[in-house]
Amino acid sequence: MNAIDVHGLVKRFGDKTVVDHVTMSVAEGEIVGFLGPNGSGKTTTIRIMCGLLTPDEGEGTVLGFNIRTDSLSIKREVGYMTQKFSFYEDLTIGENLQFVARLYQLKPVEDYVARTLDELGLTSRRDQLAGTLSGGWKQRLALAACIMHKPKLLLLDEPTAGVDPKARREFWDEIHRLASGGLTVLVSTHYMDEAERCHRISYISYGKMLATGTVEEVVRNAGLTTFVVQGPRLAKVAEELHGRPGVDQVAPFGATLHVVGSDRKKLEAALADVEKEHKGVTVAPGETSLEDVFIQFMSGSKDNMA
Amino acid sequence: MNGVFSFARLGALLIKEFIQMRRDRITFAMMLGVPLLQLILFGFAINNDPKGLPTALVAMSNDQYTRAMVSALQVTGYYHFDHVTESAEEAEFLMARGDVSFVVTIPADFASRVERGDNPQILIEADATDPSAASGAISTLSTVASQALLRAQGMQAAAAENARQQLQVVVHHRYNPEGISQYNIVPGLLGVILQMTMVMMTAMALTRETERGTMENLLAMPSSPAEIMLGKVLPFLVVGAVQVAVVLVAAKLLFDIPFVGSLTLLLSSVLVFVLSLVLLGYTISTMARSQMQAMQLTFFFFLPSLLLSGFMFPYRGMPGWAQALGEIFPLTHFLRITRSVMLKGADFHAIATEVGWLAVFVLVFAGTALLRFRRTLD
Repeated sequence: MNAIDVHGLVKRFGDKTVVDHVTMSVAEGEIVGFLGPNGSGKTTTIRIMCGLLTPDEGEGTVLGFNIRTDSLSIKREVGYMTQKFSFYEDLTIGENLQFVARLYQLKPVEDYVARTLDELGLTSRRDQLAGTLSGGWKQRLALAACIMHKPKLLLLDEPTAGVDPKARREFWDEIHRLASGGLTVLVSTHYMDEAERCHRISYISYGKMLATGTVEEVVRNAGLTTFVVQGPRLAKVAEELHGRPGVDQVAPFGATLHVVGSDRKKLEAALADVEKEHKGVTVAPGETSLEDVFIQFMSGSKDNMA
Repeated sequence: MNGVFSFARLGALLIKEFIQMRRDRITFAMMLGVPLLQLILFGFAINNDPKGLPTALVAMSNDQYTRAMVSALQVTGYYHFDHVTESAEEAEFLMARGDVSFVVTIPADFASRVERGDNPQILIEADATDPSAASGAISTLSTVASQALLRAQGMQAAAAENARQQLQVVVHHRYNPEGISQYNIVPGLLGVILQMTMVMMTAMALTRETERGTMENLLAMPSSPAEIMLGKVLPFLVVGAVQVAVVLVAAKLLFDIPFVGSLTLLLSSVLVFVLSLVLLGYTISTMARSQMQAMQLTFFFFLPSLLLSGFMFPYRGMPGWAQALGEIFPLTHFLRITRSVMLKGADFHAIATEVGWLAVFVLVFAGTALLRFRRTLD
């Protein structure tokens, strides 16, 4: 049984379709990255899955419970970490955890709270108001509160936004540790390095699911060709490449240019011209990165909107 | 597993609310400060039977009848003659400017007419922009005037003894023989103060969670609408109890309001009243999208309830449609209960209908709130 199995989900706000026939399945124990630009419908999809929103169309199950009729059962077994810190800033760390433990009817409350505080390393700060914590600590507190009731599925909505790299690294180590214990994780993110730490990724844009699979699969299926251009006066070269047929993206990376296109022949022709015109400029085949693929997706969907 | 309702989960919500309430200093101060402030301000300031109203006297002559009339009016306590003039224009100006509430004009031929028995007249002009302010003063007028006249005549013509007895008018103020406004105002204030704080604070209950972003989390955790509702409103019953104690003690100590009826009966009615108020506030909370909207809705409800409940203006003085409208406010029914129990010593039988009305409000508001509650973020 898949932890998440939803198909044809549609959600409209007014005349705007925020989620447009999204189908998704996540196997048990999997870590799936949910990617897409701002406003692409990631949060809405996650909210539908944990029963916070009712879909206008589509069906599905989460942990075997129907998302339309069984939201209370889903809420008991799912841990949902919201994008914005949504615990009580006017309660202390300890009081927030006690509140959560009591709501999930975890007994004895104090054991759960003490253990969680200990794991977080926050025992000495249990009487501090949650509102006074820094961003990184708020995120750790929120995660700890979400997993206190031992959920089977964790839904994380941009959990590492605004968190420093070390805290992000620790956060992901924790996610992998939890997943190895059998927990299923669906995590939305903007960061490419985080996407690469997921077993599988799904890319959504303007409410539509555009790609899904492992990172390698997604990159391969995108059918992009990438060349690395080196040489003097690259800024001038980049300017000339922009807008040539076959050239979709030109991005400086250190002392090189990454040139990406979906039509290999046209791209090669364009690069050959540039190589001839500029002395000392060399072109070599490069590796297409996940980021290249996403940027291609994003410009592609903007075209669809027009 | 207990799906719909669990006392453990309700307990979790209650503890959380009490901690937040304790930390929110301003709210806490409001709970204690508002009742005291309102009670002292309104209790001492509001008077439906104002006395010592500034009066201008236009006296054309200074004879004994005029003097008798003026002193009689002064003795009633309603009139305070602080302007004496012979010019009607000046008096007119004083009134237009609002310096005086009354102008008493005693014509030059007053004395001669009295002696001739030829319809003596005096003219009293009242500033009617605030009718209730002048009503007491005017109602005593004809009696006082004719008695004063008879007395003045009686000193000369001995035949006045009989006439005076005929003219005697008995005014009987029941339950409040001295007509002290505070007896009426203070029990009413109990209802108004409770309404003010209870409705406003519970109206914020859900919108505050929404605005702080904690609603999403609360909804994502297992808690049912009934648990959230009770978790939000029950703490305010405790607040209400404190306020009731403050008002009742102050009523006794500051205003010496008589308490004739049963305290138990009053407190049980207060409980039903407060329950209807917090549920009303919670219902508002389910409708408003922001705390600002909740405030606006609350005030939209406050004003008519103050005006039409009989707190500000006599209920019986309103036209039929306004009285009917007044019935839809819990305050209207509660005012009847407190005044009956505190001042008249009414028993349960006498107030059963009003308590029944309050119970209906409780059920209607609780039902509406549960139906309106958005279990999702849709």
